[in-house]
Amino acid sequence: MWKRILALTIKEFLSLLKDRKGRLVLVVPPLIQLLVFGYAATFELKQVPYAIYSEDRGNVSRDLLAAFRGSSSFNLVAQLQDESRIAPLIEDKQVLMVLRIGPNFSADLLSGKTTQVQIITDGRNSNTAMLVVNYAGSIVKDFSGAWAARRGSAMPAHIETRAWFNPNLESRWFFVPGIVGLLTLLVTMLVTALSVAREREQGTFDQLLVTPMSPVEILIGKALPGFLIGILEATLVTLAAVFWFKVPFLGSIATLYVGIFLFLLSAVGVGLMISSIAVTQQQGLLGAFFFMVPAIILSGFATPIRNMPAIVQDLTLINPMRYFLVVLRGVFLQGTPFRLLIPELWPLALIGIASLAIAGWLFRNRMY
Amino acid sequence: MQETLTPALEASSLSKTFLAGGRRTTALDDVSFGVRHGIVTGLIGPDAAGKSTLMRLAAGLLIPDSGSIRVAGLDATRQSLEVQSSIGYMPQRFGLYEDLSVQENLDLYSDLQGVPIEDRPARHEELLGMAGLDPFRKRLAGKLSGGMKQKLGLACALVRQPSLLLLDEPTVGVDPVSRRELWSIVYRLVKERGTSVLLSTAYLDEAENCDEVILLHEGRLLAKGTPESLRVPMNGRVFAVKSDSLSKRSLQATLSRAPGVIDALIHGDHVRVVMESQSPPASRPDMQISPLLPRFEDSFVTLLKGPASPVHAITQGKPVSAMTGTVIELENLQRRFGDFYAVKNVSFSVSQGEVFGLLGANGAGKSTTFRMLCGLLPPSGGKLRVAGVDLRHAASKARAKIGYMSQKFSLYGNLSALENLRFFGAAYGLSGKTGTERIQWAMAEFSLSEVKDTVSGDLSLGYKQRLALACALMHQPDILFLDEPTSGVDPLARREFWRRINELAVRGVTVMVTTHFMEEAEYCDRLAIMASGEILKIGTPAEIKAGAKSENPSMEDAFVELIQARESA
Amino acid sequence: MNMRLTGLIRKEFLQIIRDPSSIAIAFLMPLILLLLFGYGVSLDSEHIPLGLVVEAPSADTSNFTAEFRESRYFETFAYANTRNAVRAMTAGKINAVIVLKQDFARQLRQPDGAPIQLILNGVDENTARIISGYVDGSFQNWLEHDAALRGIRSEIPVRIEQRIWFNSELRSRNFLVPGLIAVIMTLIGALLTALVMAREWERGTMEALLVTPVSMNEVILGKLIPYFLLGMGGLALSVAMALWLFEVPLRGSLWILLAASALFLITALGMGLLISSVAKNQFVAGQIAIIGTFLPAFILSGFIFDINSMPKIVQAITHVIAARYYVAILQTLFLAGDEWQVILPNAAALVLLAALFLGLTWRNTRKRLE
Repeated sequence: MWKRILALTIKEFLSLLKDRKGRLVLVVPPLIQLLVFGYAATFELKQVPYAIYSEDRGNVSRDLLAAFRGSSSFNLVAQLQDESRIAPLIEDKQVLMVLRIGPNFSADLLSGKTTQVQIITDGRNSNTAMLVVNYAGSIVKDFSGAWAARRGSAMPAHIETRAWFNPNLESRWFFVPGIVGLLTLLVTMLVTALSVAREREQGTFDQLLVTPMSPVEILIGKALPGFLIGILEATLVTLAAVFWFKVPFLGSIATLYVGIFLFLLSAVGVGLMISSIAVTQQQGLLGAFFFMVPAIILSGFATPIRNMPAIVQDLTLINPMRYFLVVLRGVFLQGTPFRLLIPELWPLALIGIASLAIAGWLFRNRMY
Repeated sequence: MQETLTPALEASSLSKTFLAGGRRTTALDDVSFGVRHGIVTGLIGPDAAGKSTLMRLAAGLLIPDSGSIRVAGLDATRQSLEVQSSIGYMPQRFGLYEDLSVQENLDLYSDLQGVPIEDRPARHEELLGMAGLDPFRKRLAGKLSGGMKQKLGLACALVRQPSLLLLDEPTVGVDPVSRRELWSIVYRLVKERGTSVLLSTAYLDEAENCDEVILLHEGRLLAKGTPESLRVPMNGRVFAVKSDSLSKRSLQATLSRAPGVIDALIHGDHVRVVMESQSPPASRPDMQISPLLPRFEDSFVTLLKGPASPVHAITQGKPVSAMTGTVIELENLQRRFGDFYAVKNVSFSVSQGEVFGLLGANGAGKSTTFRMLCGLLPPSGGKLRVAGVDLRHAASKARAKIGYMSQKFSLYGNLSALENLRFFGAAYGLSGKTGTERIQWAMAEFSLSEVKDTVSGDLSLGYKQRLALACALMHQPDILFLDEPTSGVDPLARREFWRRINELAVRGVTVMVTTHFMEEAEYCDRLAIMASGEILKIGTPAEIKAGAKSENPSMEDAFVELIQARESA
Repeated sequence: MNMRLTGLIRKEFLQIIRDPSSIAIAFLMPLILLLLFGYGVSLDSEHIPLGLVVEAPSADTSNFTAEFRESRYFETFAYANTRNAVRAMTAGKINAVIVLKQDFARQLRQPDGAPIQLILNGVDENTARIISGYVDGSFQNWLEHDAALRGIRSEIPVRIEQRIWFNSELRSRNFLVPGLIAVIMTLIGALLTALVMAREWERGTMEALLVTPVSMNEVILGKLIPYFLLGMGGLALSVAMALWLFEVPLRGSLWILLAASALFLITALGMGLLISSVAKNQFVAGQIAIIGTFLPAFILSGFIFDINSMPKIVQAITHVIAARYYVAILQTLFLAGDEWQVILPNAAALVLLAALFLGLTWRNTRKRLE
């Protein structure tokens, strides 16, 4: 039995790797996605274009403006002399923010009164807008705190913020471990979801069925290449994450591979489910696409699951990607020990076993 | 009907090469000929002879490397739009939109050919009537049978009465009844409308229906003339040989090795022999030799093959199959798809060492029966036993006794020949020394050594077929299932293939085969003819032919008669 | 229109209706994407689980923590000590911890002020940054309440007044849904068109088409027109869902939206046709379309991620991504209005790209088989 399975596995590898197109599909899309996500997917703001409209006649505002100029998050585009210019600048997307300082800014401060500055932002992208307000707010607060200290009127309390696991709040640290999951899923699905359909199209599936191989043997023979390629892909992207993107890896490698193994159970299972239903490669491709898009979007890959409506949150409970991402980020950034990841690992195992069982059942019943 | 000096089609010094995988292959090499008006010209040649390339050049779809091709005096390359509005062209796969209905396909091609709206109803009526598709106007083209598709493809090529009709292998994979219908349509066109037709085919019996044939081989023009003129040199060189003591297969094997023999073929109860000269084969006392009329195929084989080459016998490791008695048994076998019975109440049995043929039009239920026998499809009713078991529930041991070769020559297209052999060997549990030995056997027996590292998808059809058979024989099966094993393969490769099958049968392997070639039906010991899921007749080739009413019927006549009798009943 | 072209267009529509995968890409996929993004993807954080550690409870600490307990942005959980809270944060149960030390009450209102520790889980840095902002907001409120309670003037020298234009409630749906229209139009324009064109080559129908007296321009127009109409149908579906299901405002004019979409669709169709003139089988065409058009429309268009914050080289690449210009127009039309300063330059860029892609397609397509 094992000899036959081995033969089938070798055959699957050969036919994947000998085909130029097949090799391309395994190498080029993951590479491009790694680069695109690694470099372009970022929620950090850099060089936000902004304008200043200052009516202040005093000198105090200069210190505040200097603080903005010194920040790499902002890029001064214009200094306005006229209030009517604010609207067009924002409307035309030339700036994302206008900092407006009133005429009595310096006078108020010097006389010990509370004064205010206005931050006007373009809310077309609400996330960016919120971050711009936060960035600008913290610059203003620092200035405010320093001013208060200089005048000896101390604040009753102050906040000391520390971000654990990602002290500089780098977007890349958040996205890159996610990409390990994303690409592992993508490549495994492509390898498994098309494998039976391809044989059906070429007519070799019948040829396979008349050999003494049993359906279970064929299933294992089809699952193993997906498994091995998935592990290889995960390893490669992990190496790229650590050595190319310099994302810290604090946890244990063993925990990571337990997670990869359990996740691949589900990925291979779903891939083979699609495979046993699809008659043509196109159907297989569409099926994989229709599974992967929701699986990624509803996984917490880019946006938190907690922000979703309750019913959608419940739906994510059957998404293997959801658990895998927690494991990945935990192992990479938090160094989470195995013990604390058990609540993620057992659902992953359950989904994996269930999907493989369904794939096996479909395999037996949809052989012709 | 103009009979001018300009031929309907004229090729002069036409050459065309293709660049594929870094290698330049020659498809046509300095070919010159003319096609006359108002007749059917057949373009005959084996696989990869350059037939399709020639057709595409004539339709202005390809640009020649050198030389020119003119249609009714117009240069097909430079004046392709003008040429395209005067010709009708049916590509190999009929060019139909499968998700459009019959009527919608016709409408589309009428639009593209600019047929005036007011002329359409009458024209469509006429074409559909001619093709017998009138009742199916609303049916999707994809849901038509192969024969109907082919006729619809022809109707689409004819929406605007073309002066030249180009048909690229219109009869591949189509059953004999449909083939006859197509030919009668083509002849009506020629007779009533004076259309010139250029038709390419790999069926040699069709060549005899042509007014003139052009023989292509490896991109070169081999011969041109009427079928008659090509047949004449063969007169007196064809004989029927019978023997009392030798089985027909042993007789064929003996004769094909005899000196002066170009071709020896089983034909019903005798062996048909083509000689190098006009002297009969060396006779032995137990042989009866009588002269036969030559056929076009004889001259084709002679032209291509030349003097006989020595043929060695197949060396199956196992001398004689271990099984005896009845090997395949079917009793009231049924298969339903929804309300539709693809196979109903089919019963027959095949004994050990027999070559049993299953014949029928497309959709007759041959493939369904076949798939049930191989355990690929569960029957809806009835009993079925192969080698004593139902293969669907059989342990892998029982399945190890059968070999299966499908019409698509199901090989892994991106694996090399050697890798395919290795895989199928391992799938049947051959490993270590036995595995290596069997691979060496297959390499030697099927002359595959020179292509062992070639990716099997790049092999020529003949090689693919050999490789597929080798894969099916790796584990020395007792029973061999062949599903249309020779479709699309040229006559020489077919002969080669059947020689091996005969050797296997002699050694006791039971062979079950489906085919469209009526010729090949003659090679079988017994035949079953199927239509609409039922068996119409079972018997030896002679018995089947004896049932036909026409005089001295060919197998095809007998077949067509049986089908027509059933349809009219 | 001539007879050949109408015939080709009618054929294409019949095929679209009958082919389930065309329907899936043209209607089902947009629907799923809109629902997923409309309901599933949200960057609006509310009820963020926040851990509170109060080492020595007092009236002051409970005044402070009340600000957080009452905030709609937070859901608070009390922990006995920092260790437990951090463990809960590591396990993902809470996203941040606020620690009030033993001597909070004593240090309060001392010259140095009492330190309040905010520990963020930085793994999801975007959420971390948002939490930090919210915590600051609550803190400012507390300062003012505290001052008011003690009957003194607020000590904050500079207060921030924030004004967010166009999307004052900061609903992420309001920018995700319009941006998604660009993705959907790319799906229909480029992916579907490239696939159906490749299918004609694969099935051998292109060969039959080419031997008729049809010209190559007619073949190209015969694909462009039906998929243009289909794409506009996809647009209508998306806009209708945006306006009525997701209640995104449309502040600009519908006609400009239609015109800009038509322009983008022609660009996308140009890309689809260009891909199919290079890739003649569906598998390769699909791969190129996904990587070359679909993925960039998602990531590099400014739809979710801010282009200004990308590395310079990536920013340079986004200039050839048509979706980038369309997303800018869409977000402006929906949320801001008819801002010609945004619409005109972006539309001009689309015209340029459309001309480029269609020109290349036209140059690459010959009425031959090779």
